[in-house]
Order: sequence, then structure tokens, then C-alpha cells
Amino acid sequence: MGLRKILDNMEHHFQEGGRYQSWYPLYEALDTMLYSPGSVTRSSAHVRDGIDLKRIMISVWLCAFPAMFYGMYNLGFQANDVLAATGGEVGGWRGSLIATFGGYDASSLWDCFWFGALYFVPIYFVTFVVGGFWEVLFAMKRGHEVNEGFFVTSILFALICPPDLPLWQVALGISFGVVIGKEVFGGTGKNFLNPALTGRAFLYFAYPAQISGDAVWVAVDGYTSATPLSVVAAEGMTAVQSQWTWMEAFLGAMPGSIGETSTLAILIGGAALLLMRIASWRIVAGVFLGMVALSTLFNMVGSDTNLAFAMPWYWHLVTGGFAFGMMFMATDPVSAAMTNTGKWAYGILIGLMAVLIRVMNPAFPEGMMLAILFANIFAPLMDHFVVQANIKRRLARVQ
Amino acid sequence: MSAMKETLVNPIFRNNPIALQILGICSALAVTTSMQVTVVMCIALTLVTAFSNFFISLIRNFIPSSIRIIVQMIIIASLVIVVDQVLKAYAYGISKQLSVFVGLIITNCIVMGRAEAYAMKNPPLPSFVDGVGNGLGYSVVLLAVAFFRELLGAGKLFGYEILPVVTEGGFYNPNGLMLLAPSAFFLIGLFIWALRSWDKSQVEEPDFKIANHVNVEEAAS
Repeated sequence: MGLRKILDNMEHHFQEGGRYQSWYPLYEALDTMLYSPGSVTRSSAHVRDGIDLKRIMISVWLCAFPAMFYGMYNLGFQANDVLAATGGEVGGWRGSLIATFGGYDASSLWDCFWFGALYFVPIYFVTFVVGGFWEVLFAMKRGHEVNEGFFVTSILFALICPPDLPLWQVALGISFGVVIGKEVFGGTGKNFLNPALTGRAFLYFAYPAQISGDAVWVAVDGYTSATPLSVVAAEGMTAVQSQWTWMEAFLGAMPGSIGETSTLAILIGGAALLLMRIASWRIVAGVFLGMVALSTLFNMVGSDTNLAFAMPWYWHLVTGGFAFGMMFMATDPVSAAMTNTGKWAYGILIGLMAVLIRVMNPAFPEGMMLAILFANIFAPLMDHFVVQANIKRRLARVQ
Repeated sequence: MSAMKETLVNPIFRNNPIALQILGICSALAVTTSMQVTVVMCIALTLVTAFSNFFISLIRNFIPSSIRIIVQMIIIASLVIVVDQVLKAYAYGISKQLSVFVGLIITNCIVMGRAEAYAMKNPPLPSFVDGVGNGLGYSVVLLAVAFFRELLGAGKLFGYEILPVVTEGGFYNPNGLMLLAPSAFFLIGLFIWALRSWDKSQVEEPDFKIANHVNVEEAAS
């Protein structure tokens, strides 16, 4: 075990009185990422399990991979499809890397994937470096540990960016998400908002031109392509169905934020999370039921002026960020409700709000981000009422 | 005189009405999108606080306790109307932009708070100085917030271009959030954070503390 030895030999530098004492959180993060922590529970009163916060977080990170890989492929596919029609090429360093290792063939798996990677990897890299910088800075100042929770925040944030979001905006968004969304409240486990969504909401209101509208969803300069949700809002369901079949939307062959397009890939990762009991099935079911209930109600009511009323629930499920939000964002164990009843209420509120914003608010074709942030704020209140109701019920028993 | 100086200077950072007492937040959100408007608002509020303190302190021994709030309100309201009329006469454009917020100085917690907390118990001159000091404390926060909001939100200061924006051929992409009210919350929050890092005595006691983790050796024994 050479690596173990190297780490052990370094350790005294980082402990109290050592040369690099203030860097201890970074050393500890690396050590416990590679090996299980030394401070394990030994007394008999505990359930002993290999899983801890770090393992939970790394599982979520891995579960986001199907959506990430498909997202990279789809990013390239959408762009190559457009480039084939217009005959354009990508310039700059991306252009030369595409020319060297890939091409512009939309039917080639590798060409599309390579194209997508050249857009996604810089976004992810910037997210990781900038967000990691804040995370480590606060850990060193406050003496708390750096953990894999940031892996999750960073990949979720990168996956909900539009394909060609400027990198300085990526840096600004993740900085806001990590510092204002999480660290000011005390760091991991104390944030009441989802940090990745907080960062995206910041960008959404600060720079709407680069993160909403029709021009940002395909990584080709000057090419506009509406997402299914904005098509529904503008032209109605029939216009959507003439462009995409339901199956295409389910598999993800449509423009959108990088990781949100393929409902199938998201469900694969999500199913793993549910099986491992990391994501709460109550929240997922609540979100789904809330969405189905309100969209069915809208279908039945109908409207002559608002075309989005006619959107059926199975289209709500596969378009926009609904599936991604349901599986990865709403189930964030920190910002969600903690009690079982609270989880149902929290999930249903997200489902209802998402559909309500999508359908009723013409300014926001997509409502998942705002719905989840809204429910995050209400989660502590829901828990409070559940706990109070339980206290009341049990008090009645003794009296 | 040093007590007088303290009355003047203390509210600026040590006992800031916005940052420590969290008063007067509404106008801090509403009028801070441009420096010009903010400066006028700060002058107006400082004058009203100073003179309302002064006049209330003059008659403090004649105000029956049971109707003191009504008497204070009458004095404050008269002063606000004077300020409003002066603005309408000499700076109509700015008065338009400030719209109801000059009138709403009447309900500004800082004015009422100082009248009730200080002017009712102290002689006229210190009360006047206290009013000026609190007005300055309010102004410091508002000017700082407005500086960042106008600079980052529009690339300008006092209407003059500092960072040329993209739409006019420059390099700066203005931050739209800065023009919306929530950004003032974030900026005031960051200001309070900075202030309390500098002066630790302003940090509040936590409402409750999470118990320490049991250490391993103890749990194992």
C-alpha cells in the first residue's frame, strides 16, 4: 500500500503544530476520499455500515453520469445536425480539436460525443475549480471538512447550464451558489436552498440573455432553436408533436440544458439512487403526482388563449428540466423536508408549482428551478407542522 | 464634547441603524438603483431625522406620554411634507423617481426609532447630533449599496458611463439582477457580514447551539 504510506508520512505536517496546519481540510478530504476514515464508530449502540456522507455523495455523483454522457452526445448531435444543414464550422481552439480528433458527422457517435465534450468539459472544469476554491477556502477558515458534497453540487450545476454559457458566467454562478447558497449558512448540511439551483437562479435573473430564450440551446453561434416548452407556450401541442415524437423527447434528442434532455438517462441514474435509498421515493412520487394532478386538471379545464393548458402529463415529464429536477434536485436530502409526511407535501408542492409556472406564467416557459427553490423555502415549515402534529397526537395519548 | 462626537460617529459603523438594528430596509431596497436618487434620499432622510429629533426634544417635557406617538408623527410628517415640496419645486425629475419614497420617510423606522429612543430623553442639541449621526449611518449603507447596484447593473455612476456595456459596443455585460430589489438584500447582507467581521461585538448570540459530537474514545469505552 504505497499510497497509504505516502499519506501517512505526510500527515504530521498537517496536524496541529505542523508546517501546513491550515491546509488540513484539504489533506483530510483527499485521504478520506481514497480510504475510509480512521474515526469510525466502535461502540455497540450503532448500526455499522460502510456508507457515510462521503459515500452517499459519491454515489449521487456517479448516478449523474448517464445523464452527463448522454448530454455530451446530444449537445454534439444537435450542433452537428445544424452545422450539416448550414455547412458552417466551429472556429477557435474547439475547431482545431474537432478537426484533429473528430468531425462534423451527426450520425457518428464519436464525433457528436467529442463535440459535446469540448463544450461540457470546460464548463465542468470551471465549475469545479472555482466552486472548489470557495469550498476549500471556507473549510480552511472555519475548520470544517471538505467532502464529496461539492462533487454533487458541481456536476448538477454544470449539467443544468445551457451548452454555450460563457465560462465567466459559469464561474460567477457557481461562486454565488456555493457562497450565498451554502457557506454563509454554515456549509454542508446547513443550507436551506439547493446550492446548484441557487447559482443557476442567480444567472437566470442576472444574465437572462445567456440562459433563457431561444438562442442558447444549441452550441452554434447565431442559431435559434426553441425548446419544446417554449414551442408549447408559443404554438401549442400540435407544433411540438410535429417536431418531436414523444419517444424522441423521452430519449432526449432535443435542444435544452446539457444534462436535462434525456429522461431515460436520468431515470437510469434516478432508479439507482432510489434503489440505494439515497433519494427519497416519497419525494419523487410526490413530485410526479403533483405534476400529473395539476396538468390533468389543466387538460380538463382547457383554454382558448393559453395553449400550454393542453399539454398532457406525459409530455410535462419528458420536456425541460422536470425529470432532472425530480430525481436529482428535489431529492437533495439537506434542502428537502426531513419528515415522511413532510416529504410528500414537499414533493407535491414542487410538482404543482412546476406545472403552474410552466402553464400560467408566460414569462417563464420552464418552472422546475423556481418550483424547487420555492419548496426548499417551505420545507422547514412543513417539517415543523408535522413534528407539532406528532407531539399533539402523542400528548393526547397520555392525557 | 467627546460625548457629542460619539453621538455623531457611533451610528455610522458601531451602531449602524441598518446593519445592526436592521431598520429602514424598505427604502434601502427601493431607492438604490442609481447613485443620484440615493444621494437625494440620504440627504432628505438625514435632515428629517435631525430636525424631528431637535423639535421633539425641545418639547419633550410637555408631551403627555399617552399621546406622544401622535405628537411625534405630526412633527415628522410636517418635516417630510416640507422636504417633499422642496424637492418638487427644485428637483422635479428626481422627485418623480423617488415617487412615494419621500412621503414614506414618515414611516421610516429610523426616524420614529430615534425620536422615541433618544430625543424623548435628551436635550435638543445632542438629539440633533444623534439625528445627523443616524442619518449618516443610513447614508453609508445606502450609498455603498447604490454604488454596486448602479456600477454592476448599468455600468454607470451618477449616470456617467464607467464600464461601457456590450449593447453600446463596450465589453461589460450588465448584471440584470442588480437592478432588481433582491440584490439589495444580498449587498446589505454582505455589508453586514464585513462589518461584523471587523467589529466582533456586533455578532449576535446564536439562538441555539448544536451539541458537540461525542468523541470516539469516549463512545468506545
